[in-house]
Amino acid sequence: MDASLIPLLPGAQVLLTALVVMLLDLFIDEHERGLLAWISLLGLALCGAEAILLWGSSEGTFGDTLLLDNFALFFTQIFIAVAALTVLSSMRYVRETGIHEGEFYSLILFATTGMIVMAAANDLMVFFLGLETMSVAVYVLTGMWRSSARSSEAAMKYFLMGAFATGFLLYGIALIYGATGSTNLNQISAYLLEPQGQWPPYLFVGGLLLLVGFGFKVGAVPFHFWIPDVYEGAPTPVTGFMAVAVKAAAFAAWARILMHELSPLDSDWALPLRVLAIATMTIGNLLAISQPSVKRMLAYSSIAHAGYLLIGIVAGEEWGSTSLLFYLATYAPATFGAFAVITLLTEQDKPKEDYGHFAGLGFKRPFVAMAMSLFMLSLAGFPPLAGFTGKFHIFRSAIIAGHTDLAIIGVLNSLLSVIYYLRVIVMMYMNEGGVKGKSFIESPYLYTAVGLAAAATIYLGVLPMRTLEWSRSAFSSLF
Amino acid sequence: MQAYLDQLIQGGAFAGMPREVVYAIGMLLAAFIVLSAFVAPLAGVTSWLERRVWARMQSRVGPNRVGPQGILQWLADGIKNLLKEDIIPTAADKKLFSLAPYIVFMGFLCAFVVIPFGGHLIVADLNIGILYILAVTSLVVVGILMAGWASNNKWSLLGGMRSAAQIISYEIPAGVSVLMIVFLAGTLSMQGIIKGQGWAPWDWYLFHNPFTFAGFFLYFTAALAEGNRTPFDIPEAESELVAGYVTEYSGMRFLFFFFAEWGNLYVIGAVATTLFLGGWQVPPLAIFENSPMLLAVAQFVTFFLKAYLWVFVAMWIRATLPRVRVDQLMSLCWKYMVPLSFICLLGTVAFMFVPADGQRITSAAMFGLGVAITIIFFLRVGFQIRQAKPELYFKPHI
Amino acid sequence: MNGAQVGFFILAGLLIVSSLWVVFQRNVVHSAMALVAALFLVAILFLTLNAPMVGVLQILVYAGAIMVLFLFVIMFLNPIGLEQRRRLWWGFGALAGLLLAGALVPVLTNGDAPRDPVVATELFGGPEELARSLFTDFVLPFEIASILLLVAIVGAVVLAKREP
Repeated sequence: MDASLIPLLPGAQVLLTALVVMLLDLFIDEHERGLLAWISLLGLALCGAEAILLWGSSEGTFGDTLLLDNFALFFTQIFIAVAALTVLSSMRYVRETGIHEGEFYSLILFATTGMIVMAAANDLMVFFLGLETMSVAVYVLTGMWRSSARSSEAAMKYFLMGAFATGFLLYGIALIYGATGSTNLNQISAYLLEPQGQWPPYLFVGGLLLLVGFGFKVGAVPFHFWIPDVYEGAPTPVTGFMAVAVKAAAFAAWARILMHELSPLDSDWALPLRVLAIATMTIGNLLAISQPSVKRMLAYSSIAHAGYLLIGIVAGEEWGSTSLLFYLATYAPATFGAFAVITLLTEQDKPKEDYGHFAGLGFKRPFVAMAMSLFMLSLAGFPPLAGFTGKFHIFRSAIIAGHTDLAIIGVLNSLLSVIYYLRVIVMMYMNEGGVKGKSFIESPYLYTAVGLAAAATIYLGVLPMRTLEWSRSAFSSLF
Repeated sequence: MQAYLDQLIQGGAFAGMPREVVYAIGMLLAAFIVLSAFVAPLAGVTSWLERRVWARMQSRVGPNRVGPQGILQWLADGIKNLLKEDIIPTAADKKLFSLAPYIVFMGFLCAFVVIPFGGHLIVADLNIGILYILAVTSLVVVGILMAGWASNNKWSLLGGMRSAAQIISYEIPAGVSVLMIVFLAGTLSMQGIIKGQGWAPWDWYLFHNPFTFAGFFLYFTAALAEGNRTPFDIPEAESELVAGYVTEYSGMRFLFFFFAEWGNLYVIGAVATTLFLGGWQVPPLAIFENSPMLLAVAQFVTFFLKAYLWVFVAMWIRATLPRVRVDQLMSLCWKYMVPLSFICLLGTVAFMFVPADGQRITSAAMFGLGVAITIIFFLRVGFQIRQAKPELYFKPHI
Repeated sequence: MNGAQVGFFILAGLLIVSSLWVVFQRNVVHSAMALVAALFLVAILFLTLNAPMVGVLQILVYAGAIMVLFLFVIMFLNPIGLEQRRRLWWGFGALAGLLLAGALVPVLTNGDAPRDPVVATELFGGPEELARSLFTDFVLPFEIASILLLVAIVGAVVLAKREP
């Protein structure tokens, strides 16, 4: 068996950093813990450099259970970027809220390792273990703010729901293994492409259960109940991490497993996926409108965005997949930035996340407000921001693939979403009151994170071609 | 045994049945035979011997009325307990209360299936023998927790929970010590492990290297704790918990718990003998070559005595050492024994890279060390007995 | 129907009964005990499938360790009285369960056998074969599982650590 270790490099780099951070934490003083964040950033930067250097390689290892191709590297870049932004934005936050720093950073890095494994996994077993590594780390991150009851509740809820979803996923994997005799995606794919049809019926049940499990992980609509509470209760930087990286990881695995390797089954789950996409978009948007808290609103908005992303999966083919990857890249900075701004507003370890707390922000802290407006407009899909190009490509792919109705529903939903996104902007610029001038939590690093996210939002909106090209080559590396 | 069953499977009686099912049935049958013919007297005599040994160590007499030297005391006790009324408290959870002793008993009894009393004297030489012992003895915990909970009594509940915490914790050092030997032997089968050793003490795994030498004591200590023996008998600490999880039991069910405890003592000794002390290996003398019967008897006696030595040591410990506190018990396990057992494991693995002649030298040296320790020990004990003066307390180096 | 099948159906029947017991018992400790029984029966099923190693590990890990911790926690919390039945949730849960069963039963019963089923050899579930596949074909999942366990340990310690 070939066992080239090169494909493991990005994941191993992050894992190594996590271990170094975890162990170093034991030996350094309380006030020197800031060092850990810098070590994490260094490790992530190294991993990013490796990912850039390895771009274009296509190599499988350990019997093709792990594939290093552009697809994996594309997602690796997203995960690393989000993890780095999370570390940046939580440097002061963790200290002020009494979260254990060493464990916090190492868990972020462990979760990132799990995600990288998920995106590169070419075997259902490896995928599952990556998913669990990520999930367990994120369950713990959710509950790490020990003095907040909401955080503990969110962790408990997330853990129970996540364990349940894992059960579905595992049962689905078991049935698929039973039907096809392998967990390796190449072999499953080969089995499905064999001409003499008549698959055992439990293959479909396995696929369906897999779908349910994925639905839970990305928060598609009948399985979305955990999202608002968990996103609201988790420490805000972690929420940003969850809303972007965890979702991207789930979509990465989904794209690789369902769109590529199980594509012979396409016709069988087109219908459930369509229903899922429409329900997710519509219900996510409708519920987001009525939320009193911005953080909760963003949680629902992330559900709605999962719905748009599902359009990409339904559309399939080259355009659908490319736009799916691109949409994830555009969705990431805006969502993460919005959560970073909420982190900025935290005051005396009291979260300030209602609409009322945003009132008058435009005059007191104009730059923060401007960044927040950018993120909101981008999420709503205004040109020339990232959200617009993302949505444009995803709806276009739906039309190309002949799902015009989906595209229309998507556009209508985007219009609907303008209501609540604009409400934040209106609050910031047209109302008086709200939070006082400076909050204790602000730090140059957090501002850097917000600034980077804003820059990425503009960049992806104005000059999308390069990223689009990357996502296309990432997608085509699947074949 | 296995060969005989194989014959039956092919021969007709069980034709077509799945092999493992037949094995399971065969094992159960054999276990019942072993139970009535061997385990019951063994546990009984152990109970009598334990009381006599303590009595001697504490300058008392002990039971000496029933039979010569009181050796039939266990029969009298058994009959007495059988005739006693079996009381189930009104507030108890009746189903679980009645079930618990049998689960505890079954857990320990199942272990006898794989204990190799001789070269061919084994119920079933499973290829996962030692793992099987770890697994079935861990079922005992379930029974103990059941008993503690079902009694609906705070002493019982506390005793049951202490016991569970203790067994779960001490399973780790015990398991890691076992793993050392599994690495050396390259098999999980009990007979395979014994065959990896020789009859001479320097061929035993005990003296293989310094780490297994330490590992033996780790295993024995952890096994005592798993068997709820003094100094780790906090689950039934009389001064705090009346009798722990057996508080509410009476009659035959009460007897079952103690039956299991004394039987388990022998299992501990037998496993320690198998893993570390060369099992039934006897010197290859000329008289054994012609008579397999004699060989079998010699092997059985060797194994039995080696195993019983450790039963005696456990009694000795019980008669001399005070009971530890709960927190001491836990910190002993997690802070000292678990790290130490991992160090020993790594050390053993490192030792496997030492060439064979190097290993022989170490074995001899370790054996010498063991003999030296034993001699010093007995000199001290002898000194203590003869002189019985406080000098030892002032000069502990003697 | 040969002996193996009889054995299987007896075991499977007992397994289903004890699993139902887990769900329908109102006493938490009884449920947990029924779960121990169910896991034990699964272990015996593994034994009949020529996989003694997996079976014994099942007993060691589930019945021996995990369930004991279960019971331990249940007894710590010491639930007083029986669990109250909430009709709405029971109705909802039963409906969902029936739907799943309704979807599963037809497809699981009238399926053809897989085209090339994995053939169990004599050594299939033994320690050697298990170790060989763990350290060759599945070495990567095996290593990732160790990361997963590390993360779980770190997480448990973080969440359970006493606040200074």
